[in-house]
Amino acid sequence: MKIEANNVRVSYGSEQVLKGITMSIKKNTVTAFIGPSGCGKSTFLRCFNRMNDLIESCKVDGQIMIDESDIYHSKVNINELRKSVGMVFQKPNPFPKSIFENVAYGLRINGVTNKKYIEEKVEWAIKQAALWEEVKDKLKKSAFALSGGQQQRLCIARALAVEPSILLMDEPASALDPISTTKIEELIYNLKASYTIIIVTHNMQQATRTSDKTAFFYMGDLIEYDDTRTLFTNPKKQKTQNYITGRFG
Amino acid sequence: MRKGEKFIEAFLFGCSALTLLTTVGIILVLSFETIGFFKDVSLIEFLTDTEWTPLFSNKHFGILPLLTGTFLVTAISMVVAVPLGLVIAVYLSEYAPGWFREIVKPVLEILAAIPTVVYGYFALVYVTPWLQELFPDQVGGFNALSPGIVMGIMILPLISSLSEDALYAVPKSLKEASFAMGATKLQTVKQVLIPAAFSGISVSIVLALSRAIGETMIVAIAAGQQPRLTVNPLVPIETATTYIVQVTMGDVPYDSLEYKTIFAVGMTLFIITLVLNNVSFWLKKRYTQAYR
Repeated sequence: MKIEANNVRVSYGSEQVLKGITMSIKKNTVTAFIGPSGCGKSTFLRCFNRMNDLIESCKVDGQIMIDESDIYHSKVNINELRKSVGMVFQKPNPFPKSIFENVAYGLRINGVTNKKYIEEKVEWAIKQAALWEEVKDKLKKSAFALSGGQQQRLCIARALAVEPSILLMDEPASALDPISTTKIEELIYNLKASYTIIIVTHNMQQATRTSDKTAFFYMGDLIEYDDTRTLFTNPKKQKTQNYITGRFG
Repeated sequence: MRKGEKFIEAFLFGCSALTLLTTVGIILVLSFETIGFFKDVSLIEFLTDTEWTPLFSNKHFGILPLLTGTFLVTAISMVVAVPLGLVIAVYLSEYAPGWFREIVKPVLEILAAIPTVVYGYFALVYVTPWLQELFPDQVGGFNALSPGIVMGIMILPLISSLSEDALYAVPKSLKEASFAMGATKLQTVKQVLIPAAFSGISVSIVLALSRAIGETMIVAIAAGQQPRLTVNPLVPIETATTYIVQVTMGDVPYDSLEYKTIFAVGMTLFIITLVLNNVSFWLKKRYTQAYR
């Protein structure tokens, strides 16, 4: 197992938002987290790269193992962890730098100075994100000159450039138009060969199109976790049934 | 009812028109007197002569010594205020715990509330003697260094406060993106936050700059009244503002050429600060577009 979560509980101050989640995720699969707003799926996603640490009032209990080592162990270097667990956010958030420098960022903060290596790596990452043909002639231009969908793929390239083994995606297509969304979904499908991907989504069609497994969260609990096809065609829990048929959420 | 409404509208219009009229009036007076000055003194002499001695019998009207005096003190104050102000801004916005920030921010802003005359005496009575001890026999009783340092302290809150606001206004998503890449706090500050807040930071610096150039009291008290074309910060100098004070306090006859000099100097200062304000406006406009 690539990732194993064991009785993970998260609270903000006195409010408990995750009430003991246990699940394991296989290598090179796409896992979708679905559920209504406020169900804790994004919070859970942010446990895997310890982004919740940035919020002062946030407390995480339980255990998360990645490649058999506890990422909440006191000896863990958070910066190293985040380099191996990349993240793509809901809204495209490129840096106010050139397209090239956005993707080179992760390498530069790692202390890489070899120009040739950086150039190769940037090209490789942008190709992985299926953006190369669109930007190869304007790498020096500001990232803000790109469309929203291109910016999001740039953010994916930025995350890939440091070669993480896991990619976390927090509603990566929710701010994009349908064509850009399709591109991102194709990309997710293709990236599966090299990465373990977890995607949070509100869009159930997106979950069925992209993921191998789906986890349904409700009010801080993991209600059901199964193969995507099974979960959507033959859910075992009434709540899952109600949610995927659109009765609430 | 409608009549009352109209009256109030007219009253409000009058209030805003008053500020406009005042500004226009000041500019007109400055311009007229300056034109009068340049009937007697050529612009070339004004800009190239290296001596400023309108009150002596051998009169020279070169603005350069006053400008170098002004820029020398301003430069010293910026050397003090810019690095210190930026460090404070970064610390307060990114590192300091909430309670510390709550205490330090108001205290910093108190610095801006201290009357400049107090700063002036602080420079003359404390900083200058201290500098004289530090560099024995080199520091004059009046000099550019002491008021420069003190002025730096005075404009510190301007830079730290505005820069902190600018850093704080950087979208949280950028910070998150950087942390999610495994960047440390320092890397995030240096590579993402400061570049993203660059427009706000540079605006704060330009504003502080024009504040320092126009500052009068501190230099009038501690910098001396000897217009001198020098970059040596240890000897007495005179700034443009100090000269205006000196003449208006003395008994120069109304409408004489000496009298008109202060308008020419005032106009010069006005043009410099006007240009700087436009630069800051332009910087703000140019770099905020990036996020829209």
